[in-house]
Parts: sequence; structure tokens; C-alpha cells
Amino acid sequence: MTAITIPQPPPPLDVAAVRADFPILTRPVNGHPLVYLDSANTSQKPRSVLHAVAEHYARHNGNVSRSVHTLGTEATEAYEAARAKVARFIGAPAATEVVFTKNSTEAINLVAYAFLAATVGGGDPRFRLGPGDQVVISEMEHHSNIVPWQLLCERTGATLRWFPITDDGRLDLSELDRLVDERTKLVSYVHMSNILGTINPTDPVVARARQVGALVLLDCSQSVPHGPVDVAGLGADFVAFTGHKMCGPTGIGALWGRAELLAAMPPFLGGGSMIETVTMERSSYAPAPMKFEAGTPPIAQAVGLGAAVDYLSRVDMHAVKAHEREVTEYALAALATVPGLRIFGPTTGEDRGGIISFDLAGVHPHDVGQVLDAGGVEVRVGHHCARPVCARFGVAATTRASFYLYNPRDEVDALVQGLARVRKVFG
Amino acid sequence: MQLDGLYQEIILDHWKHPRGRGLREPYGGESHQVNPTCGDEVTVRVRLADGTVADLSYEGLGCSISQASASVLHEQVSGRPLAEALAAHRAFTELMGGRGQVEPDEERLGDAVAFAGVARYPARIKCALLAWVAFQDAVIRSGGTVDVAGGAA
Repeated sequence: MTAITIPQPPPPLDVAAVRADFPILTRPVNGHPLVYLDSANTSQKPRSVLHAVAEHYARHNGNVSRSVHTLGTEATEAYEAARAKVARFIGAPAATEVVFTKNSTEAINLVAYAFLAATVGGGDPRFRLGPGDQVVISEMEHHSNIVPWQLLCERTGATLRWFPITDDGRLDLSELDRLVDERTKLVSYVHMSNILGTINPTDPVVARARQVGALVLLDCSQSVPHGPVDVAGLGADFVAFTGHKMCGPTGIGALWGRAELLAAMPPFLGGGSMIETVTMERSSYAPAPMKFEAGTPPIAQAVGLGAAVDYLSRVDMHAVKAHEREVTEYALAALATVPGLRIFGPTTGEDRGGIISFDLAGVHPHDVGQVLDAGGVEVRVGHHCARPVCARFGVAATTRASFYLYNPRDEVDALVQGLARVRKVFG
Repeated sequence: MQLDGLYQEIILDHWKHPRGRGLREPYGGESHQVNPTCGDEVTVRVRLADGTVADLSYEGLGCSISQASASVLHEQVSGRPLAEALAAHRAFTELMGGRGQVEPDEERLGDAVAFAGVARYPARIKCALLAWVAFQDAVIRSGGTVDVAGGAA
């Protein structure tokens, strides 16, 4: 007999317990308790991740995929176990569909390079570009999902097009059918904006891409860390994300790709570990994911990322998402009470994550960030590697607060109090 | 309050009431400088005449530190002999690179000594230097001689 499971809301996150897992959160900053509101930039790391990395170096350090000795075997097992954990975390059908990269930027560049190499070397037609072909991105992208495609289009003669942003910070898909047409080979766009917080729809874009035979890459750098993401369910062909924004170490990220596409793609960096056999004249290559992982990979960092997804899974990603939504809605309401404050992006909790960018009338974001820092409140200021978004809204820079599982509501209060202080200094 | 070291009254005053702001004609050289990390911008024009900085005009967009610094720069170098203005430039650059350990040369720097505290905030040094970098570049573009190595000009 099959039991029927009725979906239950996740139990509320025990933020105090979560905070106790993050050693850095107890340190003072400039004589004040640390209020870390910059997780969209990089997240803090729980003790279990720090421990996993230290333990790896202390007890299991050896190089991977090439040693017969015990340490090398343990390191290889740990590295591949981390890949399997990451695959499970994002709902990948197979661990071999997860390619470890340095970060999201490298993951996106890996795909861009595949297009370039296939174009030059006569590879799989889905990756070949020429004049008249199109790559479609959006105005909402991080520079890492703009510049690689600009370079690719310059080098292949293809045309770059983009979805605009609406006044309320949503992706404008009204011209979807015109922008994504029969000449489109790839649509690459952000799942959740790193500056507006907008969570973008995937179904209509994926459906249109399928219709015209284009591939879809989703930049999930801000979505994978903050809620359940199921790559199989998204329907995309590639998903890029990075470890350091999801409680893991820096220097490790991932590209998920459909097995069949990874197999069709030319290799990326050449070197050790990515080959099958090498002669002086030519080489043949290992299957994916090894084909894309030349040289000694970031082993301890991968192990750390494995520990990070273990941690997040234990906390429960549904609970993380629900918590962040609550804090975000509270923050949207609280920030609306600050005189002269203008929010960029959606002003309700609907289809948005815990990233809020704003302008404080008459005060430059650098000055806002400086005064907040003096009170221990750490936010990011600047263009957030998304200059076109700033230009779209007519500002050179913004102040950005971003929330994660360890931010309680009262840290929003600290932000609002800090902003009052900013207005006092620059009033 | 610890921030006093950074946001001195003089700095906030120059930010609220910038001196000599606006780009003027005629000029001999112009320099546009951008801080790529934050998008702050400043354009500086210099007119040299008879070995003096006859006018320094500027326009900019950015934080209080970068904009106040441009205003102070205008005050410190306009009408001054070029050699003295460049000496002030050197003293200011040295002060900013000193991580708060350099004793500011009040005689050469005037109001610019107020920026001494900025040197302790590595992320903000570029903001303070932006207009001064533009000044040196504009002098070179005006045909003025600048000893970049730091000797007398």
C-alpha cells in the first residue's frame, strides 16, 4: 500500500541554533556585534565545513584519480563523494553530470568555450555559431553572464541580444518569441538576480528555446544556495553555481549539464586528468566530467562543498527558503519606513529572494556602507558586477543587503537603525 | 564616534558645499578618471599659465570622500605655482599610501590634511586619490612636466 503524503510546511528554522554553527557570527566588528548582510557576495561557513576541510588536510590529503596509495584513494573517494552529494542536492540524474569548476564564472566560461571550440573545430552543430546566429541573455545579468557571451559573439560573428527589465525589476518576456527565434543557439540568463533579488520564470523560456532548438543555461549562483533547486525539473540544459555562496569554501563551483551535451562538448583546459591517452601527435579524452577537470582540482574545497550541502540538507532547504522569505518581507516593510529610501526590484515577497538593493537619497552607497560598517553592519555597495542593471535604473551604484539562513529579523532592525545614523551623518 | 576619523567636518563641509565645481574654459588639459569598483567618476581640467595652475575645474559623481577630495584639490592648487601644486600632490599621495602612519605635512596640504584618516580605510583610498590622479594626468596633458618618480618638478 502506498502512503499518501500531504505536503506540510517546513518547521520554522531555529535561527539561534543555526547561528551557533557559524563561529564568525560571534566576533565583534568595530566594537559592535557583527550583522552580516552580505551573503549574496559570499556566505559564512558553518563549523562542519571548516572541520571537513581541516580534517581532509590533516588526515586524508593525497592527490586524486592517480594514486594507488591509501591517502590518494581516500582523497579520491572524498572528492567523488562530494560530487555525488552536490548532484543529489540539485536533483541531477547522475553525479557524472556535475563538473567541478573554480566558480560560476568558470562554469559559464566553460560553456562559452565549448561554443568557440566547436565553431573553430567543426564540433557538434548545436554548439557552432556564425554570423546570423544569436545568443540571448538578459539585462539583469551579472557581468560573468555577459562578458563571456560578448567575447564569444565578437569571435564568432554571432549576435548578442537580451531581454530587458521592467520598471518593477522583472524580466520583460513580452518579446520572448521575437528575441528567441530560429537563429538562437543559446539562451543564458540568471535564475535569481544578484542585485534585484528577482526570481525569474523558467518554463516559458525553456519551452520557447525547445521550440527553436536553442540550449538554455541558467545562472543559479543566487538560487541554489537559498532554496530547493531541482535541475531536472527546471528543464534547462546547463546550470552554473558556486560553492562559496552556499556555505562552502571559495575556489569550488559547479556546472551541471545534461550528460548527452557534456559528451558532445569539446574539452576545456588541456592537461593531466582530462585525457584517455596521449601521444606526441594527439590525445584522446576522458569522459565527462573528467574531460573538463584538467590538473589537480580543488580537492579540499570540493570536500568542503560536500560538507556544506550536507549541512544545508540537514537544516532543510524548504525551511531556509521559508525563513528567508519571512525576513525579506519584514525587511521590505521596514525599509519602506526609511525616509528617502528607494528599493530597486520587486517590493513584495512574491518571486523574489533575500536580496534588497536600494538608494538612500543624497548619500552615495560607499558612504552608506561605511557608516553601516562602523556599526558592525556589513552590506555590499557598488554596482554588484551588474552595471547594466544600475544603468537601467539610472544610478551608478546601490547599497545591497542580502539575507541567509543565519540572519534573524532583528538584524533587519540593526540595518534600519544604521540607516538612521547614515542620514544623521550626511543629513 | 570612530567614524570621525574618516568623515572629518572639513570633508563633510566640502562635500556639502563644493568649491569651484564645474568644468571651465579655457583649459590646457583634461583627465577623466573612473574607479571601476564603484563607478565613481571625476573629470579635471587644468589651465597652466606662467608656471602656475591658473585654474583647476572639475565635475564628478561619487561618494563624499571622492567629491570632497576634488573640492579640496581645487582649493589647494588653483592659483598656486605648479611646483608647489605638484609638491602638494606628492604629499597627498604619500599620505594616502601611508596606512595612517605618515605625519601629514600641513603646510603643503592645507585642508587636505583632513583626509589623513582615510589612509586607515584601504577601500576608500582610491576615492580620495581619484581627483588627484586626474590632476596629475591633466597637468601632463597640458604640457606640464611632472616627475612621476617623486622628485622636484
